Amino acid sequence: MVNFSTFGNELYTGKRSYDFVGYKKIWFLVAGIAVALSILIPIAKGGFNLGIEFRGGSEFTVSNVKTTDAALGEKAVQDVVAGSVPRVANVAGTTMRIQTDKLTDDETLQIKEGLTKAYGVTDNEVTSTFVGPTWGADVTKQALLGLAIFVGLAAVLMALYFRTWKMSLSALVGMIVTMFITAGVYGLSDFEVTPSAIIGFLTVLSYSLYDTVVVFDKIRENTSDIQASTRRTFAEEVNLAINQTLVRSINTMVVAILPVGAILFIGAGLLGAGTLRDLSLALFVGILVGTAATIFIAAPLYAWLRQGEPELVKQAKRVEQRRAEAAKTASPAAPATA
Amino acid sequence: MARTGPKNSAIRMLVWLGVLIAAMTAVLAGGTLAGQASWAPKLALDLEGGTQMILAPKVEGDSGITEEQLNQAVAIIRQRVDGSGVAEAEISTQSGRNVVVSLPGTPAKETRALIQASADMNFRPVLQAGAGAAVPEASRTPEAQLPKPTAAPANSSDQNWITPEIYKQFEALDCDNPSQDKQQRSDPTKPLVTCEPASANSPAIKYILGPVEVKGSNIKSSSFQLQRGAQGAVTNEWAVNIQFDDAGTAKFKEVTERLYQFYAAGGGQTGSDPRAQFAIVLDDQVISAPRSLAVITDGRPQITGGFTEESAKALSDQLRFGALPISFEIQSEQQISATLGGEQLRMGMLAGLIGLLLVVVYSLFQYRALGFVTVASLVIAGVLTFLAIAILGWTENYRLSLAGVAGLIVAIGQTADSFIVYFERIRDELREGRGLVSAVENGWKRAKRTILASKAVNLLAAVVLFFVAVGNVRGFAFTLGLTAIADLIVVFMFTHPTLQLLARTKFFGEGHRFSGLDPKRLGAVPLYRGAGRIRTPEDKPVAVVRAKNTGAAAEAERRMTIAERRLAEKQEQAQQAQLAGSSKSASKEGK
Repeated sequence: MVNFSTFGNELYTGKRSYDFVGYKKIWFLVAGIAVALSILIPIAKGGFNLGIEFRGGSEFTVSNVKTTDAALGEKAVQDVVAGSVPRVANVAGTTMRIQTDKLTDDETLQIKEGLTKAYGVTDNEVTSTFVGPTWGADVTKQALLGLAIFVGLAAVLMALYFRTWKMSLSALVGMIVTMFITAGVYGLSDFEVTPSAIIGFLTVLSYSLYDTVVVFDKIRENTSDIQASTRRTFAEEVNLAINQTLVRSINTMVVAILPVGAILFIGAGLLGAGTLRDLSLALFVGILVGTAATIFIAAPLYAWLRQGEPELVKQAKRVEQRRAEAAKTASPAAPATA
Repeated sequence: MARTGPKNSAIRMLVWLGVLIAAMTAVLAGGTLAGQASWAPKLALDLEGGTQMILAPKVEGDSGITEEQLNQAVAIIRQRVDGSGVAEAEISTQSGRNVVVSLPGTPAKETRALIQASADMNFRPVLQAGAGAAVPEASRTPEAQLPKPTAAPANSSDQNWITPEIYKQFEALDCDNPSQDKQQRSDPTKPLVTCEPASANSPAIKYILGPVEVKGSNIKSSSFQLQRGAQGAVTNEWAVNIQFDDAGTAKFKEVTERLYQFYAAGGGQTGSDPRAQFAIVLDDQVISAPRSLAVITDGRPQITGGFTEESAKALSDQLRFGALPISFEIQSEQQISATLGGEQLRMGMLAGLIGLLLVVVYSLFQYRALGFVTVASLVIAGVLTFLAIAILGWTENYRLSLAGVAGLIVAIGQTADSFIVYFERIRDELREGRGLVSAVENGWKRAKRTILASKAVNLLAAVVLFFVAVGNVRGFAFTLGLTAIADLIVVFMFTHPTLQLLARTKFFGEGHRFSGLDPKRLGAVPLYRGAGRIRTPEDKPVAVVRAKNTGAAAEAERRMTIAERRLAEKQEQAQQAQLAGSSKSASKEGK
């Protein structure tokens, strides 16, 4: 790490180079498997662990409890609503969460009172939440709508900015891969899917695109006069661009992930479930996957989409030709190996 | 020093930034002094504690709800909540579909019922009226003397509607101490026993009302104005005007024809037959029961009598809301304790600070002294965001929620991103052998475009999230968008100008090893390599490892303009002469 800038130099000049584009088939395969798993695992597990916002019901949160005995909470609910099966969980330190089916106002007040006594807390340390059954459907609909609008607008924006649909398409594919894998990890982790998590997903999309824009900008710069150059083929230029922006990608990712990781591991670890944790898990995974997807999926895909263009095929031939000539004339100078 | 040029424009930019911050501070300070704003951002319910209800309006019959109807729904609820004496209630629309009601503390049962209840306005003829208090048990009408219907009621004003049960209910009703827990809406086809609550200038009155004759939805509009006298001169009396639609007009004409007879029969005296009165019933309570003084044929009745401007407006508003039969269904209700929110906020802040610290450490490690520019930029972005939130809290009543705080924390990373993009660009330029001053200018030209494009993506996401977001995530989207804008301001008005100035300092300009811009560490190939050695092709960092990796240094060379190349050559020669005999490390840049 001490020589991170040296590492950056070598990547920049091409002295050190990782062949991201060349191994694209491997990356695509890996991504394909990851996406397939991300779809299959949640299905195999019987769907996502949906939060109360999607299920509907009542939820109580008891702070500063004297004891974290779940049985107390269950009893407090069953005393009021006989035969109900509440979900009682210790969400963090001294906070208990009790989820039940939908309750009437009277039941809610009674259970609240019961929980206050059971856990030996004061009145304002018990909070209650009620979520109607249509709310979840609404949330889902809005999230999907948001997703569709965002993808649509982003595609237009990128097509306008890059002036080529192939870049736009590649970036969107990278984003969609990010989306699936992030959702897959979320499903695997058994975190609850709450509106905050959904927002996390949508933010991840923005991050993924953001990251792609930066790398693609460099690709565009490197390949702007590709027709006139016999130095590198198109795919090689793309690969060089990825390498040249690698240090930036890593730095950006690290800087983005540090605050998110701080929330996830420090803040939420102490606090348990809540807006912050749900959001930060989605972001944490999404930023990692998003950065990788740009490097391994979006950019190689773009190279692959374009390298078949007749102009670029011709250009690649010229590059080979020049290299063959160069090899003939300068053969004694044996290439140095790093 | 030239009057124009990067240095002066950099200074100008920094001055403008200072002006911007000073102006925002002044605005906020002014607001604070005037007692309207406060330095601390307003906190949302999840941090302050309270109750939040999300209500879905349901319009009778009609499937969709227009924005105007939604705004009226908000007005209805606001009026109800304000009427119930809850301070600082917040009622807003969400996503053009829902109404969000946020109340501090836990609302009383009555307040909740009030909020949920649909506005249901009807016009019913009065059958009987009486003083508001309950008739004492002892003096109630004996069973045998209770009014008994003699025939089926012929019209809504027919006394035959009054059954013994209804009369008993009427006598027992106590309008001075009304009970609030009405669960069921009254049946519009049956008579209703209800109260007109006491107001400033009249005691409570109780009524037996006939079935509904005109519905609130038949009201086209209502207004209030100063009454005109016989000569058309404006009097001091306030009046409320109603305009019915066609169906309402026809029905109202029929009703007033009947009611006017009772009025005329009573000799037009106050305290005459109560059946001349026509009660306006909102949510099963009588809000006004004017006497019918004439037959209204044009569907434009005017209600007069003892109104103040305020009460006339209130009735007019109620009538208008009544024209809109909206009911509300609670979709989600949340009681939030400030304890929990406060705890989350504290932890969130702690996590944010740790995150910020890590970012600072990382950027100092990666960018050395340049990292301080990042830190300073982050601080300025933070100040701008804070001022914006506090000002918006004052002007737009924006409240910072926990999700908003999360947005701010996430934004730390995203803000630092644009600096990384910029710094890496400068380093790229240095690697290509440029001097720092021109590397900063060239790097900026390229980075600017990238930063703008990527921030556009961020803003797009924030805007989409803001408009389609549900629940408490609007705050997140809002702060995300806000910080994206603050970031742009900082990059353009602080980071870049600062670098322009720093590039001219000895420390950075000469590429001190801790400056983060040390060309040697960046592997830049200086245009001269020590005494007597001129750059030769072998010096290219691009060892031909593999043919396809041929270096970017050549590319850099190619990119130089003729002028730049000439200048470089000149500098080489000059420095060669200067450095002849010197054995200093040759990493200095010619200026």
